[in-house]
Amino acid sequence: MPVVMDADRIGRTLTRIAHEIVERNRGVEDLALVGVRTRGVPLARRIAKSLREITGHEVPTGALDITLYRDDLMRQSVGPQPLVRRTEIPFSIDDKKILLVDDVLYTGRTTRAALDALIDYGRPRGIQLIVLVDRGHRELPIKADYVGKNLPTSLEESVQVYLQESDGRDEVVLQQPQGGAV
Amino acid sequence: MSAPAETQQRRTDETPAMTALRSKDLLGIAELTTGEIALILDTAEAMKEVGERPIKKVPALRGKTVVNLFFEPSTRTRTSFEIAEKRLSADTLNIAVATSSVVKGETLADTALNLEAMRPDMIVLRHSSSGACHLLSRICRSAIINAGDGMHEHPTQALLDAFTIREHKKRLAGLKVAIIGDLLHSRVLRSNIHLLTKMGSDVWVCGPPTLIPADIGRFGVRATSAVDEAVTDADVIMLLRIQLERMEGAYFPSLREYFNVFGMTEARLRRAKPDVMIMHPGPMNRGVEIASEVADGPYSVILEQVANGVAVRMAVLYLLAGGAEHEAAA
Repeated sequence: MPVVMDADRIGRTLTRIAHEIVERNRGVEDLALVGVRTRGVPLARRIAKSLREITGHEVPTGALDITLYRDDLMRQSVGPQPLVRRTEIPFSIDDKKILLVDDVLYTGRTTRAALDALIDYGRPRGIQLIVLVDRGHRELPIKADYVGKNLPTSLEESVQVYLQESDGRDEVVLQQPQGGAV
Repeated sequence: MSAPAETQQRRTDETPAMTALRSKDLLGIAELTTGEIALILDTAEAMKEVGERPIKKVPALRGKTVVNLFFEPSTRTRTSFEIAEKRLSADTLNIAVATSSVVKGETLADTALNLEAMRPDMIVLRHSSSGACHLLSRICRSAIINAGDGMHEHPTQALLDAFTIREHKKRLAGLKVAIIGDLLHSRVLRSNIHLLTKMGSDVWVCGPPTLIPADIGRFGVRATSAVDEAVTDADVIMLLRIQLERMEGAYFPSLREYFNVFGMTEARLRRAKPDVMIMHPGPMNRGVEIASEVADGPYSVILEQVANGVAVRMAVLYLLAGGAEHEAAA
């Protein structure tokens, strides 16, 4: 199982993304971070920490659960429902520039669901997308604004992101089909 | 499809003890495992947040049809279900008995089969006969949700009570819960006893001897007619309505006498824990089972119960809309 990003690499990548955010938005005014559950949330918190170190300003951070917006809900007539978790956005997103954070960008369907979910909370001035890994194979016209690493993959492979907060280690792993994925 | 794989893969390492309900229906708490109860309560926490948003609606149940079939008058429960259904984007249809063909002599089974022919996905049933939901469950393909059947069960009420207790006390196990009132006619009591004993609460029930069912002991609760004994050191006090419409015989001399002996007053409350919660499933008879100063007092969570009812019913609707686990394999 090849490790495509280790802890140092992930740390440097998130710091670099934080600098890009400051450059592109000319500071952090009116910015807010929203992580997509599960692993987008710790990534958003780490980026908020970097932004604080760089600018001295606190960027509000929230967590978004997209389950109720998934396009594959109720597609099969029977079967267990995916688990729903709580969305926690403790600030108004109206007129904010929202930085949406996810771990892996793949088909784009999760991002589509996240955009619909976000809009139900208000009318942001804009939404920018941050992903740690872009593995390609988009099925929807969606593009990330900040990419940690572009990782060419085949459809049979799977990309696993492990983070300290949820998994006890920082690592991005590319799993081959024979690696027991699926 | 490749999209679900991405999300499922992400969820594998945090799969909870239970991710689905085993049955296509919610007939009662008696049929649920502790894992299923925890799954409903956890899901309700996420659903509660939906009700706090500026746009209180999610697309999860788009295209699903839910029939609310009510053979008994109900404002709170029917409204609560309807709001829950609408917040999940289901199409809802309300059938009240006064306007239906039941008044023309149709049986419950025929009514249900005729509704079923129009292919609803779920039927929420309130009926005066115990077991009415079990009957529909056998003859209908739709998911049946029990919104109260006779003197049998009212599962969503017990779930919202548990949700409210858990929100305040962060647990159910080990709490002393005193349930006081008409124990004989109460489906709320039966569902609550099943749920709270399964989750490890210490349940006391209290009422006039004439309103205590003879077989109450086999449910694993302690029964008493001494209200002070039930209230002492209680974490939760749940008052049940004196159901005047079900009182064919004379169970106690007068409402005033009932209030004097069993009514929850501030004086009586002092024996309970200092952070006691006062609950009532509604509708309340003020001055009969509960004094107004207690119903409106600082320990009362009665209106929170109503608010939480919507979240809990959303959770049940969402979890049942996926169908039963064993059917997925078939």
